Amino acid sequence: MIGLPLFLILSTMLFSLGLFAVLTRRSAILLLIGVELMLAAANLNFIAFWRFGPNPAAMTGALFVLFSIAVAAAEAAVGLSLILVIYRHLRSTNPKEVNSLHG
Amino acid sequence: MNSLFEIIAFLLIGSLTLGAAVAAVGLRDTVHCGLSLAVVFVGVAGLYLLLDAEFIGFIQLLVYVGAVAVLVMFVILITRPEDGVIQQPDRRRQKLPGALIAAGIFLVTYGAIMQSPSLRRDVPEPAALSIRAVGEALVSGHLLPLMAIGVLLTTALIGAALFAMEGEDGK
Amino acid sequence: MADSSWIPYLLCLIPLLPLAAAGVTALSNPSHRRLASGLTIGSLSIAFILALVLFIQVVGAGSGEGGEVFRRSFNFTWFEFGASSLRLGLLLDPLNAGMLVMVSFVGLLICIFSVGYMQEDANFARFFGFLALFSFAMLGLLVANSLLLLFICWELVGLASYLLIGFWYQKPAAVAASRKAFITTRIGDLGLFLGMIWLYSESGTLLFYDGGAGLLEASTLAHLTTTLTVGGMALSTATALLLFCGAAGKSGQFPLHVWLPDAMEGPTPVSALIHAATMVAAGVFLVARAFPLFAASTDPEVISTALQVVTWVGAVTAVFAACIAVAQTDIKRILAFSTISQLGYMMLALGLGGISAGMFHLIAHAFFKALLFLGAGSVIHGCHEVQDIRQMGGLRRKMPLTFAVYAVGMMALSGFPFLFSGFWSKEEILHLAQVWPVSSLPFYLALFGAFLTAFYMTRQMIYVFFGNYRGSHSPHESPRVMTVPLMLLASGAVLLSLIATPAWAWFHHFIQGGPTHFELAAIFEGWGLMLLSIVLVGSGVGIGWWLYGRRALTVVGADALEQKVPRLYQALAQRLYIDEFYEATVIRLQRLLAQVAEVLERRVWAGAVTLVAAVCRGVSCLSRSIDRNFFNRGFDQGCTSLRGSGGRVARWQNGDIQTYLGWVGSGVVLLLIFFAWL
Repeated sequence: MIGLPLFLILSTMLFSLGLFAVLTRRSAILLLIGVELMLAAANLNFIAFWRFGPNPAAMTGALFVLFSIAVAAAEAAVGLSLILVIYRHLRSTNPKEVNSLHG
Repeated sequence: MNSLFEIIAFLLIGSLTLGAAVAAVGLRDTVHCGLSLAVVFVGVAGLYLLLDAEFIGFIQLLVYVGAVAVLVMFVILITRPEDGVIQQPDRRRQKLPGALIAAGIFLVTYGAIMQSPSLRRDVPEPAALSIRAVGEALVSGHLLPLMAIGVLLTTALIGAALFAMEGEDGK
Repeated sequence: MADSSWIPYLLCLIPLLPLAAAGVTALSNPSHRRLASGLTIGSLSIAFILALVLFIQVVGAGSGEGGEVFRRSFNFTWFEFGASSLRLGLLLDPLNAGMLVMVSFVGLLICIFSVGYMQEDANFARFFGFLALFSFAMLGLLVANSLLLLFICWELVGLASYLLIGFWYQKPAAVAASRKAFITTRIGDLGLFLGMIWLYSESGTLLFYDGGAGLLEASTLAHLTTTLTVGGMALSTATALLLFCGAAGKSGQFPLHVWLPDAMEGPTPVSALIHAATMVAAGVFLVARAFPLFAASTDPEVISTALQVVTWVGAVTAVFAACIAVAQTDIKRILAFSTISQLGYMMLALGLGGISAGMFHLIAHAFFKALLFLGAGSVIHGCHEVQDIRQMGGLRRKMPLTFAVYAVGMMALSGFPFLFSGFWSKEEILHLAQVWPVSSLPFYLALFGAFLTAFYMTRQMIYVFFGNYRGSHSPHESPRVMTVPLMLLASGAVLLSLIATPAWAWFHHFIQGGPTHFELAAIFEGWGLMLLSIVLVGSGVGIGWWLYGRRALTVVGADALEQKVPRLYQALAQRLYIDEFYEATVIRLQRLLAQVAEVLERRVWAGAVTLVAAVCRGVSCLSRSIDRNFFNRGFDQGCTSLRGSGGRVARWQNGDIQTYLGWVGSGVVLLLIFFAWL
């Protein structure tokens, strides 16, 4: 009963929530939180497909998630340090204030 | 067919994750958002365990909850404004387009999932995700990504350190 | 057949040497006087020697069987257009062999004379350059085998004459005279040109002798005589008359003679060379050259109309000019009218069919008329540029050498018997006129002209050389550089007589073919006519002496003849008012036409041009306004709106990543909908 579709729906909900955070939140850190949510949802997708997919012995999904976690960690680190630099410059973390590349 | 235990576990962990996600997305206080994020990660790790990916689940706990969430909390605390006011009041109106898009994504994907016949196939036997197997796979078939990840992590480390060092001109 | 391949080279070289001299003189500094005169005299000397060589060649070749003359033609193609080509050619035959020798010799002597005569003139080098140019043109005219080449040289001769008559261009009289000469001969040349074009269109060739296909050869002449044109005239007659228009203009026949007396404004050597010996002879030469064309007639028994016209014009001119010469007081003008009269005699001879008579008279006349002109030049030079014979007198003692040679020339011209070439040539002409079947009037006119010639020459001699000196300067003899050529010419005038007496009609057979023989008794053939002409000459001289020689002449007193027949004398002195007649009719018409043309030019054509210019300007204004308002503004508008819309679009890029991500998200949604359900 708890099959693939359910897990996928769950991950989709997580993903939508993460997207909502990215699109609407007023702090860069909260943006990053949204991104982490989306990544988590994607990882969940991979694991679900690995588990319910045709070839679990190949471990492709799981290994991919391994790398994804590593990348996500690195990206979070770099992103947070960027936020620190911006905070030092602008005294605020509002992403709408980082718009000097405007047209 | 899943056992009752699995169903209840799924429901509990799933709702915990979702609730924490909603909290992370909707709370006003940034610190609370960061803490909710950590809960989300824990919930996701639990889900991994449910999906028989124990190794990945523990990795998730180690890396995400142990490192990423802590990092996020650090930065939240560093970048808090002095006077204690966390954020401006949210204006509901401006959240509408984002909400619509997010809802749109959800609906479309939901529709795709529901209509897809390939998702109702027979479930095969789960494979064991032993550490040994993972290690062997990493250094044999997936060596290149492993190396790349190494380089990436090194670069990210150096870069983040550089960013955080002087800070004035980004040197 | 002797190898004649070197002949065309000599024929080319003879005119081209003076041309080279003229070219070098033209390009060199005018202060190099010796260079100019040396080149001209040198080139003419070499030309003379070459002409002698050719002459000897022609004499040596003799005449062929059947009385044909030696004739060699060398034709070449000048340029080709389409299927036809324009051919030119050089010719050597007895007619122009003799002329080449005469022209180069007389030209050479006159050039040597000019070294002394033009000594003080500042434009010495220019004079010799023009003389060389003239020599080139005249010699080229003689050697031409093509009517076109002849015409080109004809025009060049006219140009040289214009340049030389107006040599002292600061004198308005000289300028007017040169213009009059050029225009009057031009009117004649128009006829020549029309005749040439007509001949070309009818016969397709302009070469005289072309191995049977030339203009003067049997087949073409037959075609021309049989084709009839306006007024039932044969084509040959019509074209011959047109050619004669040109000849009449150049040789000063009545009524185109009016330029010759005025041409005396030029320096005396010019008068001697061009207007006595050579250029005016070109017209006679043309008639002689084209004689087969003139003589061709539809009916072989009847003399052709063209020849009759030539005869009448020549006779009238001979008498008319002699009459006017009687009443002139300028030493050169008397000689000018005498030249016109003698040219009339030459034309008369040609019209009567005596080519050799006319040519001999031409050559003899060249010698003694050049002699007379140069002698007059010597007189003028000696009297310090005085030309009125009433201011001269008694120069017999002051300038004996000049007097001697001038007397020889006068006797040759008047036709003193036996010793002088003029006598024999005139005899020949009178003989031909006597037997002319059409009418005897030319004969009587010629007799009267002979009488008048003796009369006016005697008058001139008495005025100039006898009596006492009436002028105010002190005359002196001329230097040797001027008197030596005079003596050479005088001897030529005498010696030429040897080749044309009936005893040894060498010249006649030289020109017209046939065997020659010497027979002393034949001198007295036609003794009746000889006696008549001797009587005429004697009475002319006698009446002249009776009127002028018995009493001393005065400067301001009336001329003796004038006292006898004053009104006739006045009319003659005013040249029978021909110039005034032309002035009232032709010149007035021309001035009217010029005014009409000027009005047309200023109002009509200039107005049309202005109109076109205004239209152009209007079009350009219109185009400029279209360009400015329509294109430029439109373009500017386009650019502005483009920039505006660009700016508006650029404002979408607001630097806010959440906005960007929003767009990405909506795009993803749409794509998913598109791919999942469509």
